[in-house]
Amino acid sequence: MSTSTVTPELRKTPLYAVHRQMGAKMVDFGGWDMPVEYSGLISEHMAVRTGVGLFDVSHMGDIQLRGPESLNAIQHLCMNDAAKLEGGQAQYSAMLYPQGTFVDDVIVHKLSDNDYLIVINAGTREKDYSWVKTNAQKFHCHVSDYSDYYTQLAIQGPKAAETLQKLTKVDLSTIKFYHFKWGTVCGLPNTLIARTGYTGEDGFEIYIPSDEATSKRVWEEVLEAGKEFGILPCGLGARNTLRLESALSLYGHEISETINVFEAGLDRFCKLEKGPFIGSEALQSVIAEGGPTRKLVGLEMVDRGIARDGYGVFNESGVQIGSVVSGSPAPFLKKNIALAFIPKDYSALDRQLFVQVRNSMVKAKMVPIPFYRRPKKQS
Amino acid sequence: MAYPANYRYTREHEWIEIDGKTGKIGITDYAQNSLGDIVFVESPKVGAAVKKGEVFGSVESVKAVSDLYSPITGTVTEVNEELVSAPEKINTDAHASWIMKVELSDPAEVETLLSAADYEKFIAEETGK
Repeated sequence: MSTSTVTPELRKTPLYAVHRQMGAKMVDFGGWDMPVEYSGLISEHMAVRTGVGLFDVSHMGDIQLRGPESLNAIQHLCMNDAAKLEGGQAQYSAMLYPQGTFVDDVIVHKLSDNDYLIVINAGTREKDYSWVKTNAQKFHCHVSDYSDYYTQLAIQGPKAAETLQKLTKVDLSTIKFYHFKWGTVCGLPNTLIARTGYTGEDGFEIYIPSDEATSKRVWEEVLEAGKEFGILPCGLGARNTLRLESALSLYGHEISETINVFEAGLDRFCKLEKGPFIGSEALQSVIAEGGPTRKLVGLEMVDRGIARDGYGVFNESGVQIGSVVSGSPAPFLKKNIALAFIPKDYSALDRQLFVQVRNSMVKAKMVPIPFYRRPKKQS
Repeated sequence: MAYPANYRYTREHEWIEIDGKTGKIGITDYAQNSLGDIVFVESPKVGAAVKKGEVFGSVESVKAVSDLYSPITGTVTEVNEELVSAPEKINTDAHASWIMKVELSDPAEVETLLSAADYEKFIAEETGK
């Protein structure tokens, strides 16, 4: 087998030294030197599904739009309808190119009237910021990049609320999914506590000052608070398998500058009826021309073999009809799953397809996505 | 983790334990550790010909696929079926979890492989990079 090593000029989060000290394996992720796993990907994945896990997601970016026309700017830049947001509410959305494909997917937080925070992906930070800056120019609003001001921690899993509750007086049960509040966390006043995440579980993301000492202290306090629930620090490896089981999009895979909203199956977050925005015209023509020609589907491997990113998808006659964009073993489901783009007319579930795994054709079938849905709360 | 002194090693992180004219082949502890949780082992068929330095199978962790390179030329006489249902055994004890047994065509090839001491020096350089 062969191995690769991390190149030196990568960016680091304020918790870099902590990750190293904890023995994390590091990996280059979009130009960032990030932990890929600590104790092991499978155990970290399972901790989030059954208990709680802690992620350093400080590589994510934060752009704030402030001013009397900030809502207009957001509406112009993003496909979801931000006018529906109340203060303290967040929304999954995306910024599109004029051709209806993706600049990035984002979470829009309405901090208050005339004040919005957009959380963006790590690999697209610079591109996103200049995109927002350029396209918000004609509106009376101020665009600021706060990415380096915050350490962002994600506390995820069915025991996330109980864990974080020990560290704050804010009653977390009053924060609904995709809502947020400010409060004191680990003695830090005015901390943004959002009930958001990228794992398919209940959980929170908190935004704390990015100095190393504070970041380390809060990281350790969360781990201590979650100890009784078997908390594990989790790396990007588990983050990826968790989001894949939940069929959440990853930039460069299910969404990209060559994939449009309908192909990605994100129609429900795209509100053409709110009025024109960047990309809306192109999407209207896609509809007028009969809809997208390909679609994102879930595959489950029937025979032994693991589908990986980029592998070809074939029909019964051996004709290639598409390719896998994300494929991996699913640690909680204990199946080998994949997301793939295939022609729209291959839509019947349970339809038999094949994935070319190196030299052999391995049987797969289409299954509904998400592959995993978290159980409804008992109480 | 100790690297058994009676094994020989490759720079691609395989080990071989020679017993007369046959060799047992697996991946090193360093390899299993860099791969992470192993979920799949693809072994050759019994009777297959393998060649020194050429791919004979693969191991997959949750996050990656890695080719396996044969340390030696010969014919596969046995594969470890246990690894089909329990590939994680490689993570638990890489140096006891052989993947295939090979009857050597040219036992002299063994001399070109790394000793335990040389292999340990090699991985120290790899990790020190």
